[in-house]
Amino acid sequence: MLIRRPSDIPSSEITPEDQWLDRRAFVKRVGLATASVSLLAACSAGERDGADAHGVAADTAGAGLLQPNSYEDITSYNNYYEFGTDKSDPHDNAGSLRTQPWSVEIAGLVKKPGIMPLEDLLRPHTPEDRTYRLRCVEAWSMVIPWQGIPLRDIITRLDPLPSARFVAFTTLFDPQQMPGQRRPILPWPYVDALRMDEAMHPLTLIATGLYGKALPNQNGAPLRLVVPWKYGFKGVKAIVKMEFLDRQPVTTWNQAAPNEYGFWANVNPQVDHPRWTQSRERRIGEFRRRETLMFNGYAEQVASLYSGMDLRRNF
Amino acid sequence: MFLLCLVPALLLVLDWSAELGWLAGWQSALGADQIRSTELRTGLWTLRFLAITLAVSPVRQLTGWSGLARYRRMLGLFVFFYAVVHVATWSWADTNFELSFMLKEIAKHRYILVGMLTFLMLVPLAITSTKGMIRRLGGRRWNRLHRLVYLAAVGGTVHYLWAVKKDTFFPLVYLAVFIVLLSWRVLQAQRPVITPRRTARS
Repeated sequence: MLIRRPSDIPSSEITPEDQWLDRRAFVKRVGLATASVSLLAACSAGERDGADAHGVAADTAGAGLLQPNSYEDITSYNNYYEFGTDKSDPHDNAGSLRTQPWSVEIAGLVKKPGIMPLEDLLRPHTPEDRTYRLRCVEAWSMVIPWQGIPLRDIITRLDPLPSARFVAFTTLFDPQQMPGQRRPILPWPYVDALRMDEAMHPLTLIATGLYGKALPNQNGAPLRLVVPWKYGFKGVKAIVKMEFLDRQPVTTWNQAAPNEYGFWANVNPQVDHPRWTQSRERRIGEFRRRETLMFNGYAEQVASLYSGMDLRRNF
Repeated sequence: MFLLCLVPALLLVLDWSAELGWLAGWQSALGADQIRSTELRTGLWTLRFLAITLAVSPVRQLTGWSGLARYRRMLGLFVFFYAVVHVATWSWADTNFELSFMLKEIAKHRYILVGMLTFLMLVPLAITSTKGMIRRLGGRRWNRLHRLVYLAAVGGTVHYLWAVKKDTFFPLVYLAVFIVLLSWRVLQAQRPVITPRRTARS
């Protein structure tokens, strides 16, 4: 048997031990209530939409117990093929990207399509602190203290049509500024997408900073997608286009190797990649591998999005 | 020559000493994922020494520099040495020496399977590298056994190619180098006039 854990347990019931510990710690922390302003804001935002406020708060607080990786590790070890395929290439080459001025094309099934200067897109929102685990499909992971805006807040303001079921994100295509795009390593430009309920989930973030500083170019400046329960490649960087669609779009890695990278790309320790066993991961900075958590430890908050879906087939 | 072959290993020791805080003033080049860097480096040096070892005969034949031949065993043993460090790093950091997990990994991922088979091919070659073993086996049988190195070159390159996610440029460079080195031997074998011994024909 390749799988130790019986597969008849619904993923929603699998709550890893350390997450439970995180939750208890959250209650204590709220009691102490020092830096909880943003937490409370997250709670009320969630309640307004009648959704997972509890989940967000618990996660944000749990993140307080997560030990973030160093700024140096986070900014020197990146997969960002637009700047080269070595992990250190983005750090070395991303300086050539100019992130000002920047604008984002809002396209597809949305009330007012058009090109929006970045400032106009972000101005009405206040960035929040969100420390999340990042799990790469290559079976390594980090903990990253992001700052960003919940994608749902942006989407709500953009007012997509009811027929919009997916939202696709596109990275800048400019081989002048992005030397990695001069080789056809991937079908450029990089595109990935979320189903609307995933995009509207309170954990989903448009990151604009990390460690309290502006987002470095190698991490996806000026704005990138962060979906903490999915493999890192879903996190589109240097976004220049958001398109609302009525059907599932073609996404870059899925197109490049459909049997290796699924559209859903939910972190799942029970479904291996042909090259990487997903039941364990190396947390950068640790010597031995640790167990990978279902939905990267966010099962409590997101498993319900996929109820009834065969996650083995929809990997 | 021996010390030169040891340089990559010494650099690895220095880098790890710096990572562990034992060596102030040395800048480690291992990056954020030191395990992966160690595996990548030792794997590449295994392939490089394999290529250098296989280049000894062609270079000797082309240049007539016969003194080169006496380094061949040492170079071959360095292939094995870096392969041992490579496999040991994986066994320790990636599988925690859990035999059942190792076996599952080998069964599940073809690049690990090929890599492990390649490593196992190198073991008898290292064991039979002593003068005594050559005598005991007899030159003919020893030669035949040591043709496994050609298979190991193919296995090592395939392992590298399959382990890489998308950018196969460097694996293909190694592939090209080994194709040149192996086809040289095929061509030599087809021109029996040059070598005094005709047994090489196969």
